[in-house]
Amino acid sequence: MALSTPEAVETAPAKSDIAASHTRRWALWFAAIAVFVWVFYTFALPNLGSSGQTIVREWMPLGSVNEALVWVICAVGLNIVVGYAGLLDLGFVAFWAIGGYTAGWFMSNFFNQISNGFYFLSAAPPNQPGIHLNVWLVLGLAGLICAGAGIIIGAPTLRLKSDYLALVTLGFGEIIPQVFLNGADIRGFNLTNGALGISPLDNVSPLPFGPSTIAIGDASIAISKPLGPFDTTAKYVMFVLVAAFAVFVSLRIREGRLGRAWLAIREDELAASMMGVPLMRSKLAAYAVGAFMGGLGGVVYAVHNNSVFPDRFNFAISIILLAMVVLGGMGNVWGVIVGALVLAWFNSTGLPQFGDSFNQQFGTDINFPSYNYLFFGSILVLMMLFRREGLFPETRTRQVLQEAERSDAEELDGGEV
Amino acid sequence: MAITAVEAADSRPVLLGREKVERGIGIALLVGVTIWLIWNFIAGPVQFVNVALAGLRLGAIYALIALGYTLVYGIIELINFAHGDLFMLGSVFTSIVLVKWFGAGTGSLADWGLMLVTLVIVMAMCAGLNITSERVAYRRLRRAPKLAPLITAVGISFIFQWFGLLLNGSSQKSWPKVIPDGGLVLGPVTIDWSTIIVIVVTVPLLLILSYIVQRTRQGKAMRATAQDQDAARLMGINVDRTIAFTFALGGAMAGAAGLLYLETFGTTRYDAGFQLGLIAFTAAVLGGIGNLQGAVLGGVLIGLIQGFNDGLPYGFGQKWSQTVVFTILILLMVFKPEGILGKPTIEKV
Repeated sequence: MALSTPEAVETAPAKSDIAASHTRRWALWFAAIAVFVWVFYTFALPNLGSSGQTIVREWMPLGSVNEALVWVICAVGLNIVVGYAGLLDLGFVAFWAIGGYTAGWFMSNFFNQISNGFYFLSAAPPNQPGIHLNVWLVLGLAGLICAGAGIIIGAPTLRLKSDYLALVTLGFGEIIPQVFLNGADIRGFNLTNGALGISPLDNVSPLPFGPSTIAIGDASIAISKPLGPFDTTAKYVMFVLVAAFAVFVSLRIREGRLGRAWLAIREDELAASMMGVPLMRSKLAAYAVGAFMGGLGGVVYAVHNNSVFPDRFNFAISIILLAMVVLGGMGNVWGVIVGALVLAWFNSTGLPQFGDSFNQQFGTDINFPSYNYLFFGSILVLMMLFRREGLFPETRTRQVLQEAERSDAEELDGGEV
Repeated sequence: MAITAVEAADSRPVLLGREKVERGIGIALLVGVTIWLIWNFIAGPVQFVNVALAGLRLGAIYALIALGYTLVYGIIELINFAHGDLFMLGSVFTSIVLVKWFGAGTGSLADWGLMLVTLVIVMAMCAGLNITSERVAYRRLRRAPKLAPLITAVGISFIFQWFGLLLNGSSQKSWPKVIPDGGLVLGPVTIDWSTIIVIVVTVPLLLILSYIVQRTRQGKAMRATAQDQDAARLMGINVDRTIAFTFALGGAMAGAAGLLYLETFGTTRYDAGFQLGLIAFTAAVLGGIGNLQGAVLGGVLIGLIQGFNDGLPYGFGQKWSQTVVFTILILLMVFKPEGILGKPTIEKV
């Protein structure tokens, strides 16, 4: 990450030693669970017998695990903006869209107007028009473009009060997908292919060092050759790596100077600025880092779907991400990950499957996916009313969010009417 | 808008150069827009007037929605994200009450009467919904950190959308309109009947609202609560009831806007409220949020801008109209966050 300077991460050695061992323990858990899921789907699932396989395929296909990982990456990014720095961002989908289109532009045949075939460590088949970069390069590129976009949108608006900021980000989240939707003909140049989107994308290779056709044993064949669109197991490996990166970065930044500045701003902006925390620069950094992860999420989402369509990037995504952060506990990375996994699964697989089973069982014809709005809206409202700090809060967040803002006298008077 | 006192003090010397640049860009933008308007007027005066009328009609509807934002923001400093969806529910309620229950057709005297009755019913329904959401959610969060009521409002907006989805279905629906097509022909210019009706309904509503806020006891209580809740409470004002009343007023305006929208465009969509609400919020900010006249002025201006952009020969065209409006919102936030009629406020510490 460009923004976490080395000294920012390394300060306060005594405290961060404890924190680091804490982090290492969690990293082990992360790796263990990731490997367990991989082993389960690669080796255990084929031996489960047909009924077991059907249950897993219906209720927990690996595709939906992958999609949940995409949400995890973005939710961790949004957590930096909302949870760490306390800035409400309602337009996170914009970064997701920018990341997705970066993948579309630099990893497909789409840009045949510009290039007859530019290759760089790509796993794509040779002699195709368009630009073909290695997917890991595209990840970094998308992250940087999004961080730049975050700074551009943040710089003029971060001086505003938080509620205005929410509105501007909301507007931004509306504009960007619309630009992509309308961008099929910008003075004759087809930038985004409009509603048709960009599809298919290049095959990718899950490990960072470009395509490799060397096979060592059964398992490594699956992860070293270029992946087709349906190679979900290897994509899983890739997504886990990206998610691990996002989690690592957000945990480490939090311990450092920048992270502590964010928490200070979140808790009392005025006090923080009196203590010498540079408000604008810290907020911009939060925006940029959050946007970087939004970009990663966008690329991963594009790889997951093997396509980019503008209508996928709607307002609901920003709100679902917000619900994930709020449910898990603002500021707590692990809580947010759990929130993201649960809600993403519920959104993509759980609710439709439950609806199907329910309708079959009772012979009803209820359209359960349409209850998504009610579900996510209620999560936001109920969490704010009854458990503002989330399901897995940190002590610090809980104290901040439950503190009464005004006098106790008023509470006595106005509480019950 | 609020630069905190401290920020203003310590950043003034650094900002001076940037402020000049910002003001320069702002003026250049205004001049550019003026030239663009004059150019379009010369290119086709009749089209210009027609487009302006359509923009005015849209602007009146925006003004009604913007009033709801501005009323609520004025009194408890909350951006009510759900307000746009309340407007959407207003249009869906209208379609149900007027077309499904009353079975109104087009243009007969009885239909006009039914429309008036529906107007009252829908305004009451939306006011009721808005009070309910205030009572259930916002009231309990009045002393909470700022982020909490904002997120709650977003959640309520989603719940309203679900309600609209339940009532209206997932696709856009078309309904018969009471107001007939066609209009008053004045030479080359045609004023649509719907434009006339929208103005005829909107203006009295604005006058009534302004009377309530400026002249009545309840209005006085609202203004006092907006200034200082604690002091208002010490003066014997029932703050909770006053805030609920404000939500009711805003909701009623959204209901009226919903009916007029349906009568103008004849369609309902469960997700219409989000974008229109955002546009109306832009209008409220343009006029100066918290300022009633400002909301009306901003609504009409944004309506005109959207009309010009959609209809003029040198505009960007309809598919870019939301992008244009949101760009205005962002530019406004940068150059003039207090709006046209608003006063720059110093944030209370």
